[in-house]
Amino acid sequence: MSSSAHAHVVHRDDYGSKMGMWLFLFTELILFGGLFLVYAVYRFVHQQEFHIAAQELNTTIGLINTIILLTSSMTAAMSITAMQKGNVRFSIGLVVVTIMFAFAFMVNKYFEWSAKIHHGIYPGSKELLNKPDGEILYFGLYYVMTGLHALHVIFGVTFFVFVLALMRTSTINPTSYVKLENAALYWHLVDLIWIFLFPLFYLIH
Amino acid sequence: MANVAMPADPKDASHAERTSYKIEASFLDVSTNKYKGILSWLLTVDHKRIGLLYLYTMMAFFTVAVGFGFMIRLELLTPGKTVIDAQTYNQFFTLHGIIMIFLFIIPGLPAVFGNFFLPIMIGAKDVIFPRINLFSWYLFIIGGLIAVTAWLMPGGSTDTGWTFYVPYSVRTTTNVIPALTAAFVIGFSSILTGINFVTTIHRMRAPGMSWFKMPLFIWSLYATAWIQILATPIIGITLALVIIERTLGVGIFDPTLGGDPVLYQHLFWIYSHPAVYIMVLPAMGIVSEIIPVFARRTIFGYKFIAFSSIAIALFGSLVWAHHMFTAGMSDTAMFVFSFLTFAVSIPSAIKIFNWVSTLYKGSIQADPPLLYVLSFIFQFAIGGFTGLMLGTLSVNIHLQDTSFVVAHFHYVMFGGTGFGIFAAMHYWFPKMFGKMYNLKVATWAWGIVTIGFNALYFPLFVSGYLGMPRRYYDYLPEFQIYHVVSTVGSWILVIGLIIMFTNLYVGMRRGKKAPANPWGGETLEWTVQSPPIVENFHEIPKISKGPYDYSEYEIAAAKEAK
Repeated sequence: MSSSAHAHVVHRDDYGSKMGMWLFLFTELILFGGLFLVYAVYRFVHQQEFHIAAQELNTTIGLINTIILLTSSMTAAMSITAMQKGNVRFSIGLVVVTIMFAFAFMVNKYFEWSAKIHHGIYPGSKELLNKPDGEILYFGLYYVMTGLHALHVIFGVTFFVFVLALMRTSTINPTSYVKLENAALYWHLVDLIWIFLFPLFYLIH
Repeated sequence: MANVAMPADPKDASHAERTSYKIEASFLDVSTNKYKGILSWLLTVDHKRIGLLYLYTMMAFFTVAVGFGFMIRLELLTPGKTVIDAQTYNQFFTLHGIIMIFLFIIPGLPAVFGNFFLPIMIGAKDVIFPRINLFSWYLFIIGGLIAVTAWLMPGGSTDTGWTFYVPYSVRTTTNVIPALTAAFVIGFSSILTGINFVTTIHRMRAPGMSWFKMPLFIWSLYATAWIQILATPIIGITLALVIIERTLGVGIFDPTLGGDPVLYQHLFWIYSHPAVYIMVLPAMGIVSEIIPVFARRTIFGYKFIAFSSIAIALFGSLVWAHHMFTAGMSDTAMFVFSFLTFAVSIPSAIKIFNWVSTLYKGSIQADPPLLYVLSFIFQFAIGGFTGLMLGTLSVNIHLQDTSFVVAHFHYVMFGGTGFGIFAAMHYWFPKMFGKMYNLKVATWAWGIVTIGFNALYFPLFVSGYLGMPRRYYDYLPEFQIYHVVSTVGSWILVIGLIIMFTNLYVGMRRGKKAPANPWGGETLEWTVQSPPIVENFHEIPKISKGPYDYSEYEIAAAKEAK
């Protein structure tokens, strides 16, 4: 071998890439796991107050957002199938639809949060500090957990935009689409976490 | 280009055959990207270069943290003010802890030696995600710079101790947020390294290298990587919650808003106790590599050592609350956590017994790497036994928050892992740089470092037992004798460290050329040239036997005995 500079051979291993993604998803689950642990402790201590505070949330918006996210997970999964079958344009279209669903989710979230803030319920507000401890904790966790989830929605969209660019340059194509699969895996995780957040915050009745 | 054949041991002819090779341009000289000079390093995706990047930056952080530790010890030489004021003292022990833990001990072995040797030892050309590997180095650097520069910002660096306990960490006016952010970013770097290693070990082993033909260092890295993946996110979210608490006043841990500070302690230690095993497991892996080579014996109880790494990782994840026996917990919980703490000592003891059995009747070659390993075993045993004392409920009430605890964890972390890192440096130095350091000077440095270390920390056991609290700026005159011995120990230790690093640096610059296999190792990294070529192997090797096959030596020794 000559001593001149030569390109580093990148080892292609789709199974390995997906394995790495799964391991990363574990870490995300445990990141939220810490929050779920905190939630469990405080809900156990302040059952009644969590119940009362939960009445303030709008179940309908929560439900709509759940449906939006579940549908977007379906379109993400379908885009992989379309790619496997060689239908690249349809696959691109489905990724675009997924991203649009994500935006719809964020718009809903925006209205939901601004309504709360408008009513004076946000961390550190006078209105909230007058409430009992359990309700302060409920809303603190509500903002932290749905906020962190919203941040993950934004990460997911960024991931999909990146994938979209690679699909347009045919870097992602019917013979090599592991990045699309990984983006979809990440998206399913975002969805999965929401499926736990929704009943824990909106459906305590 | 010369044909070089340098047998490690003249008796062993087959060895010479295996290690004869043509010297080629090594990874140190060949750029893997289109750049030359500094950019060929900063943008490299080569695992060996990334390992060295980690080594240099980690050494810089280590030097800074030793400086802080030196100042803490100097301040404690006399009661009252000696050289620095109380607030500076608080900031110094905090910075000492943060830098040593997050920037030296945790990345020390996996990121430096794991990166450099993991692919070579499993017969691979690189890790599976080379670009993520480089990215995690950048995260490490960014985190490190945030941690260090926070010191220069108005308000001064954080004075909470490395544990960031609430409510103080929410109330103090010092720069806590940069320190928390730094730990968060470095944690992310650690997670990415863990993911990279687990996937690499699963997917990239050379043909024939089954799980039980892997070197034990790889087993320990594997267990470590799993803890990095599974435990680090918890500290990430906990530190993020403290940041949110400070900026937005959410109140999850703040008792005035209904939060529970003890919950913070639980979350903190759910990560930070397993993190202790992130620190010590790879060092145990190093010991398992070095002992068979320098005793010329096949390792005793290979499978037990391998599984005990996994057992430590499992048990170690379930003992966190032993840091909190005086914080307020149910008696049942205390009993369970104390019991599990005792249980985790079993796999550690299994390792110690196996190492000692390997040494027994071996043809021991007392070179510096083995000497550091012997110090490791001695000091780790002291650290381990005092750990059991602290894990005992009744004794813990007496010793909690005394300098006994400080002595205990320094014996494990520095006397154990720190010496493991030194052993690894001396063991793999010729492979990494293709040069040899001065063995005599290295042996002297080992002696001085070991004496200095024990003089520094052993008195703290005694003063702690007599009631000297940890982290105190001032103390009663009756404790002064212990502090004086300890501070003198720190001077000896620093002198030893300077000799050791100078010797290695001189070796790197002007050392004699090192052969491929100076110690007579049997693992794969000793079959490639020193320093290795880019991508390590021209042809991926086929593995047919276990990593520590010294049967030739054992048969010869048995014949001699007859």
